[in-house]
Amino acid sequence: MCALASGSVDLSCRIAGIRLSNPLVLASGIWGTSPALLERAARTGAGAVTAKTCTPVPRRGHKNPTAIDWGYGLINAMGLPNPGIEEEVRLLEEAVHRLAPLGVPVIASISADTAESFGRSAEIVSRAHPSLIEVNISCPNLQSEQHEMFAASAEAAANVTRIVKAATAIPCIIKLSPNVPDISAIALAVAAAGADAITAINTMPGMLVDAETGAPVLANRSGGISGPALKPIALRCVHQIASVVDVPLIGTGGVLTGQDAVEMVSAGALCVGVGSAVFYRGENTFSLIRDELAAWLQERGYTLEEIRGRTGRSRDSRSMSNPPPVPGWEADSAR
Amino acid sequence: MPGSLHRPARVTAKVTENAKTVSLILDTAMPASPGQFAMLWLPGVDEKPFSISGADPLQFTIARVGPFSDLLHALQVGDPLWVRGPFGRGYSAGTGRTLLVGGGYGAAPLHFLGRAILAAGADGIDAALGAKISSDLLFVERFQALGADVHLATEDGSTGRRGRVTDVVAPLLESGRFARLCACGPEGMLDSLAALCRASRVPAELSYEAYMRCGIGICGSCEHGGRLVCMDGPVFTAAPLNPPGTAAP
Repeated sequence: MCALASGSVDLSCRIAGIRLSNPLVLASGIWGTSPALLERAARTGAGAVTAKTCTPVPRRGHKNPTAIDWGYGLINAMGLPNPGIEEEVRLLEEAVHRLAPLGVPVIASISADTAESFGRSAEIVSRAHPSLIEVNISCPNLQSEQHEMFAASAEAAANVTRIVKAATAIPCIIKLSPNVPDISAIALAVAAAGADAITAINTMPGMLVDAETGAPVLANRSGGISGPALKPIALRCVHQIASVVDVPLIGTGGVLTGQDAVEMVSAGALCVGVGSAVFYRGENTFSLIRDELAAWLQERGYTLEEIRGRTGRSRDSRSMSNPPPVPGWEADSAR
Repeated sequence: MPGSLHRPARVTAKVTENAKTVSLILDTAMPASPGQFAMLWLPGVDEKPFSISGADPLQFTIARVGPFSDLLHALQVGDPLWVRGPFGRGYSAGTGRTLLVGGGYGAAPLHFLGRAILAAGADGIDAALGAKISSDLLFVERFQALGADVHLATEDGSTGRRGRVTDVVAPLLESGRFARLCACGPEGMLDSLAALCRASRVPAELSYEAYMRCGIGICGSCEHGGRLVCMDGPVFTAAPLNPPGTAAP
């Protein structure tokens, strides 16, 4: 139904065998706390929806301030508040039931503090029959209290990937962090370990300081940066990953408009995560971005397929009318 | 990009409104409309949402209900307090005579609304205020000073009609004098008012309270039937908490 609403442009895509009517995916952590909100995202134009990350046991999350618009983006440290995986299974079951008639896939999201616990969570959450499971190994707001995030090391990330893949038959998406020296190495490792898809990226760690008192603004001191400030970081990560692996990518970070989505797909993303945009663009965020994306493609006579990954081909003059010479481009495309 | 960071303000006046409630008047203004809220932050302690009871100067009317409001009550003239906002959707400007209904400290944004309605030259206001006991009634004299007809109810009968504020609202709605009702208070009161307004076909704008975290519409903590109190509200038109999707494209 979304493809119809977008005119004659076919925005549908298929990720790990799952069909989406358009490439926009509600990113985890935004609205994903209840079946009603997931349904709202689906009804307002999301191609797929990701639930809030759940952990093996319930978490209250951090105290306020937890989320702030600092001018060039948002920063948040919610602290993964969630009802725990057993209750999450019930919520996911309801979400799957409500979204099935809409043709909008539900993506579960899991986090845990050991690789084995990730495996058990993947197994438990599979009971709700989500279409996909996103494996959040990159939450910046758990790092200090538990461990170095799994996404910081190729070996640890691959180990979690192998374990969750063994624990469930549902396709798994591994969510990576931008806060690593070489994200392509991590992507190569999780792809080799069997990742069905990769979400790039999670938020980027940062902090705000109150000038008057010198105190950190977020109660957790640091948080994850999202929104406009994250987009250039996400584009670079997606481009780098797309340069080294063929695994489908959900490009996430600072996508607020259809043109942002075009940029993300050009950098190599198959799907496009949309999160903080709901703060900037309001309740019709998904339909606005979807229609802008469709209009952009239609005006230029492109399909999604044709623009996907063209950043990586941009030295080929046939794929761009005005190929720019980009100094240092070779050094950046890590292969 | 301006963003919405906290800014420090100072308390310029502290007014005792009733046994549990004070108004803090700050040395700053905020471009807010009645019904919107702001976040109040005490660094190192906590941050919570409060409805705005005056925009210029910025003012909050705070009931003492827990540890954070205890600390706000302890603030003295000259003390700093950090604010960010405004957030959410407030009451509409409206036309015709408005019936304002406040339950307990829920009256906090209604005096601000009453002032705005009268300043806009509308047909006047009535205020129906209810509380458990008379010492919990809020803004009675302030509404009288605005020239409003004030109707009171207390559950113990110590002031006004014995019973709930909805008991005094029902006949007022039936009188046909009101173009709309604007209310703020406990959820049960709002639900009852929504039913009364539906029956008497009076449009209602109801301000709901919710456990709120981010305050900017992303985290989902304040979700209520698919609606986000912080982003879609806190003021909803009657029958606000419909299942989601009714506005689907």
